[in-house]
Amino acid sequence: MIRLGAGAGFADDRIDPAVDLVERGALDFLVLECLAERTIALRQIERLHDADAGFDPWLRERMTALLAPCLARGVRIVTNAGAANPLSAARLVAAVAREAGVPVRVAAVMGDDVTGLLPDRSAVVSANAYLGGGAIVDALDRGAHVVVTGRVADASLFAAPARHAYHWGADDWPALAGALTAGHLLECAGQLTGGYFADPGFVDVPGLAELGFPYADIDETGGVVVGKLPGTGGVIDARTCTQQLLYEVHDPSAYITPDATLDLTEVSFAPLDADRVRVDGCAAVAPPTTLKVTVATWAGYVGEGEISFAGPGCLARADLAVDIVEKRLRGSGLPIDELRCERIGVDAVFRGRSAVRTEPAEVRVRVSARTPDRWVAERVGREVTGLWTNGPAGGGGARRTVSEQLALRSEAIDRNIVAPWIEWVEA
Amino acid sequence: MTSLRELAHARAGDKGGTADLTVIARDAAAFARLRVQLTATVVAAHFADLPLTAVDRYELPQLLALKFVLHDALGPGVTTTLSLDPHGKALSSCLLALELLDPAPGPAT
Repeated sequence: MIRLGAGAGFADDRIDPAVDLVERGALDFLVLECLAERTIALRQIERLHDADAGFDPWLRERMTALLAPCLARGVRIVTNAGAANPLSAARLVAAVAREAGVPVRVAAVMGDDVTGLLPDRSAVVSANAYLGGGAIVDALDRGAHVVVTGRVADASLFAAPARHAYHWGADDWPALAGALTAGHLLECAGQLTGGYFADPGFVDVPGLAELGFPYADIDETGGVVVGKLPGTGGVIDARTCTQQLLYEVHDPSAYITPDATLDLTEVSFAPLDADRVRVDGCAAVAPPTTLKVTVATWAGYVGEGEISFAGPGCLARADLAVDIVEKRLRGSGLPIDELRCERIGVDAVFRGRSAVRTEPAEVRVRVSARTPDRWVAERVGREVTGLWTNGPAGGGGARRTVSEQLALRSEAIDRNIVAPWIEWVEA
Repeated sequence: MTSLRELAHARAGDKGGTADLTVIARDAAAFARLRVQLTATVVAAHFADLPLTAVDRYELPQLLALKFVLHDALGPGVTTTLSLDPHGKALSSCLLALELLDPAPGPAT
C-alpha cells in the first residue's frame, strides 16, 4: 500500500494542512496541484517580462514549509507548480534545499508547451497540452525527490506515483482506473473533505478553519481508500466524495484523462470510519489518440468600476447609476466590445429564476467592459468613480481596476507528436 | 411547493465555457422525485438568462445523483466573460433556489 497526500488544490491554497499531512500522515508522496485553466497563460505573460519567472508565485513559500520535512521522512513531491517555466521552478526548489542544507534531486518535466505545433498562432499567449503521467513515472523511477511539471492532467499527477511504485503497465486499465479516480477525487484537496460544501442549517460542516486535506491509500491492484487525518476539521463521507467524483465531469461514463478514459457510472463509496471512505467500482478503458490542448489568446483589456448605495431607494439609485454610465459609455463612440452592468446583492452572481426580489439593505453597482484599448479600459472605471460627484445621492466606496483579458479555446493534438522530456537539477 | 435545497445538495464546476452542476438527493425518496421532476428542460428554463445552447442530463442512481452539463453557459465559443463569477461557482446555489411542485395527494382510501 502507498499513501498519497493532496497538499494543494489550487494556486492560492492553504499551506498548513499540507504540513500537517506530511508530519502526521505517514505519506509516501505529496502532490501539489496548483494550475487552473487560465494559470499557465498568466504565468507565460510573466515569463515574457522575465525569463526566470513564469511559475507558481507561492512555490518558494510552499517549499520552505514542506521540502525539508518531506525529505526527512522520505516523502517525494509531485507538483505542477512549474506552470509556464518548470525548469526555473525546479531551480528554485533546489535553491530552497541548498538554503536548508539538504541534498535534493529535482526533475523538471518539459514538453507540454506545444505553441510551436499550432497551425494558427495569431494572438496566442500560450498553448499547452494536457500530458499524461508517463514522464513523472520515469522521473520517479530515476530517483527524483521532487518532480516539477507544467500542464499535466490533474488526475495523472496522482496516478503517476502509484504507477511508479507498482510498475503497472501503461495499459493496466483496472489498476489505473482506481489510481486515476483517486487522483480525480484528490485534485482539489479540501473540496473532498468538506470545503465548497457547507450550507449552514442544510449542510453543516465542522472545523472549516482547520480543514484537513485528503490522502488516498492505493494498493497494488488499484484499490482505493480516501481519508483525512484524525482531529482535522471538515468531513469526508459519501456526500463529499460524490460531489467531488462528479465535479467538472461531463459524461460520467467517459471522463477523459491522457492516461485512461474513466467510467464513473459504477463507482460507489463505503464509509469505513469517521475519517475514511473506500472507493469501489472504478473502471477505465484506453484514452483517445489525441491530447487536449488549452490555447490562450489575447482578448484586450477589461475596465471595471464599482460603487455602493445603501438604505431606502438604494436599488433605484443603483439603476440610475447604471443608466448614467451606460448612456455615457455607449454615447462616447469609444471602441467597446462588450459592456456588462451588474448589481451586486441583486443580480451579479445570481442567475436563474427567483420567486421574490425584495430590496436589499445595500447594493453595489459593478460596470465592466472589454475593449482592445488600455486607455478606454481606464475610462470605463473612471465613468463609475465619476458618479461620486455627478451621480445619484449617497454613492460610496467607488473603486476601479484594469486587467488584461485572455480568451481560452480547446484543441486536440495527436499524442504521438507531443514528446515530454526531463531536465535534472541537483542540490 | 418544495425548494430543491430541501431535497438535495449541489456542486458547480466549469470547463471552458461549459458549466456543470451535480445535484445529489438527500435520500432515495428525494432521488425518485428529482428523477421525474428535475428534467434537463426544467433546468434550462430556470437558467433561461444564460447563453445556453444545450443542457445534458445524466443519472447516477447508485449515488443518488443527477449530472447536468450546461453547454456555453459561461460564454459561448472562445471563453471570455465579464461576469463577477466567471466560473459560475454560484450556479449550484442558484439551482437550489428552484421550487418544485409537490406531488398530488393520492386518492382517499
